[in-house]
Amino acid sequence: MDFCAFVQRVLPPPGEGMTGCEFLAQQLLTGVANGMLIALIAIGYTLVYGILEMINFAHGDVYMLGTFAALTAIQLIGLRAPRRGEVPSLELYLALLGVLVAVMLFTAMVNVTIERLAYRPLRRAPRLAPLISAIGVSFILMNLGLFWKGAAPVNFPSFIPRIDILNDWLKLGTTVYFSTKDLFVIVVTLPLVVALQLFIRTTRIGTAMRATAQDREAAQLMGIDVNRTIALAFLLGGALAGAAGLISGLYNNTAVFTMGFRAGLNAFTAAVLGGIGNITGAMLGGLFIGVIAALSDGYIGARWQPVVVFGLLVLVLIFRPSGLLGQETGQRA
Amino acid sequence: MAVERAQQTRRGFFRTAGSAAGAVAVLAAWPRPAWAAPADQMAESVKIVSALPMTGSSYGQTVTVVNAIRMALEEAGRMAGPFFVEYEAWDDATAAAGKWDPAKAAELANRAAADPNIVVYIGHFNSGAAKIAIPILNLANLVMISPANTYPGLTKPGKGEPGEPDVYYPTGRRNYTRVVPADDLQGAVGAAFAQTLGARSAYVIDDTETYGKGIADVFVQTAQRLGIRIAGRDGIDGKAADYRAVATRIRAARPDAIYFGGITQNNAGKLVKDIRGAGLNQPFIGPDGILETAFIDDAGDDAEGVYVTFGGLPISAYTGAAADWAQNYKALYGGNPEVYAIYGYEAAKVALDAITRAGVKDREAIRDAVFATREFPGLLGTWSFDENGDTSLTTMSVNVVKRQPNGKLDFELVQVMEAPQ
Repeated sequence: MDFCAFVQRVLPPPGEGMTGCEFLAQQLLTGVANGMLIALIAIGYTLVYGILEMINFAHGDVYMLGTFAALTAIQLIGLRAPRRGEVPSLELYLALLGVLVAVMLFTAMVNVTIERLAYRPLRRAPRLAPLISAIGVSFILMNLGLFWKGAAPVNFPSFIPRIDILNDWLKLGTTVYFSTKDLFVIVVTLPLVVALQLFIRTTRIGTAMRATAQDREAAQLMGIDVNRTIALAFLLGGALAGAAGLISGLYNNTAVFTMGFRAGLNAFTAAVLGGIGNITGAMLGGLFIGVIAALSDGYIGARWQPVVVFGLLVLVLIFRPSGLLGQETGQRA
Repeated sequence: MAVERAQQTRRGFFRTAGSAAGAVAVLAAWPRPAWAAPADQMAESVKIVSALPMTGSSYGQTVTVVNAIRMALEEAGRMAGPFFVEYEAWDDATAAAGKWDPAKAAELANRAAADPNIVVYIGHFNSGAAKIAIPILNLANLVMISPANTYPGLTKPGKGEPGEPDVYYPTGRRNYTRVVPADDLQGAVGAAFAQTLGARSAYVIDDTETYGKGIADVFVQTAQRLGIRIAGRDGIDGKAADYRAVATRIRAARPDAIYFGGITQNNAGKLVKDIRGAGLNQPFIGPDGILETAFIDDAGDDAEGVYVTFGGLPISAYTGAAADWAQNYKALYGGNPEVYAIYGYEAAKVALDAITRAGVKDREAIRDAVFATREFPGLLGTWSFDENGDTSLTTMSVNVVKRQPNGKLDFELVQVMEAPQ
């Protein structure tokens, strides 16, 4: 309680509707849920950077295509969103799981195709060439999205019911609002990240990826098919972007062809903040950015969000140039 | 081998690209369509252009404005006095932005300034774009008639930022007029309407653009005068992924009403979703920037119950000449006109009338003739331009998004209001 009195004094909420502690807790929860989504995209950046030392600027747009593909798939199989108060059926969620798999396959293929067509021919070119190529691909994908769904933001149907967990289930009687939707983002994202970590740490292919990241030539001499390993990194990154696309659609309920740009920028910042090339770092960086953005919106004002987020990035890079967890891959920085 | 093959393909690609460029050149040199050629080769021609966002979600609105301009020109037989009137519809939006683009607005204004045949410039749709175009056209003495800009600072001294509106008129002579009532009236109507809903406090959000922040400022001023407390003020980033943190701020502030100054293209739909998603059921009031189908499409079910003010009347409330006009429009173009179409028609009528009265192909004379428009028999009533180039019409309406008998959401008139003084 003393802590809450302290918060009330140091970080007063912007009105009497919530106490200082409640307001702080609310912004932290919002930040964590948003941060998970950023983390999922950030991992795609970091995966590719770790192996190729190349920033795949098109990654955010692959995420956007993921949302669009999910929307199209949902319309194709005719899924109907449950009405307010209606209990969704199990079949609906099984169908959504099917959509998730299909979307992940689709974006994985898109990402692999991009690598094959736009990046692999430039692998021995100066470092700037693939970077420019990536920016070009980003524009192409964005225009593809414009062509696909038009320029206006479109509504993504609300499949996840919004139930107030703290009040309706736990009967806490608080103004903090944590709904099943927020829980959904965290519950779906965490296993994906853990599975990826396990895959890279324990499987033979994962070992090959790490070896390629450390020294491409040596890995090749050891009999590792470098081209296949790099393609695999793009495959995994694309699949995660697709998953993030569907999750974002279900969570934010809106989709627009420019959404990949801002999401990509945030995720890229998260990856750099965490130490680019480091998966745990990208995860932490994503959460960090989500929380900082929410706190900045809550206490300073939404119009300052980019200033605060990128200002912080500059500060972190001044004092820790290789990012928060940068040491593990220090030799790559 | 692989390298050779790649080079070959690349060469092949360039060849195709070359012939494609050739095809474009041929297209550009293609003769103009029949309607653009002077009917009477003897008549000298003048040109009117419109600069509106025709890429992106504004298209649904602006295409009806362009249709309405065409309609006015066709009705006049494309003649104004002794002149044949050519017309081109320009686009101030880019695909990358999804809405109007500052560089594009400047480019169009410069292009118009450089073409001596252009005597009237109908545009822009967004006040931010007008801010950029007005000074460029001012130096060229080219008159602008906007069918949609409502930011007060473009014309009214003391109603915008310090220095406005004089900063837009480097020659010292006004060249900008608008046929819609400005936001100093619309923002005020928003506040007056909040009062009729019984609101004693309001939370105000804007999209940080010229139009959105301007109208939100007017709302705040009027609200305070009417005794409505401002519970909080926020500016949102139109490209952010979500506004949950903003919604939490509103929850903590516990206002009786929420006002948003901004446009659909700056994520108004998502803002409403996050506000309703946070359990906030207070009245949400917005300006005409969200008075379009695109807003309902984006906000989905959460659009229901959103109030929207407008510096004019919705199509369904048209009577007399305006109702006949809407019927004609429908017969000509199939669908219903959107709310700004009637102002496109009005702007074109004013332009034709001014060119006729001026009687000479001279930008300054036509500019002065536009400003001298008095007792104009418009579709929404008889009106005049004041010395600022503003219309004397002050009729405003409040609309609400409501579920129609066919199950779809659409705008419906709540009441017609005169702006409080």
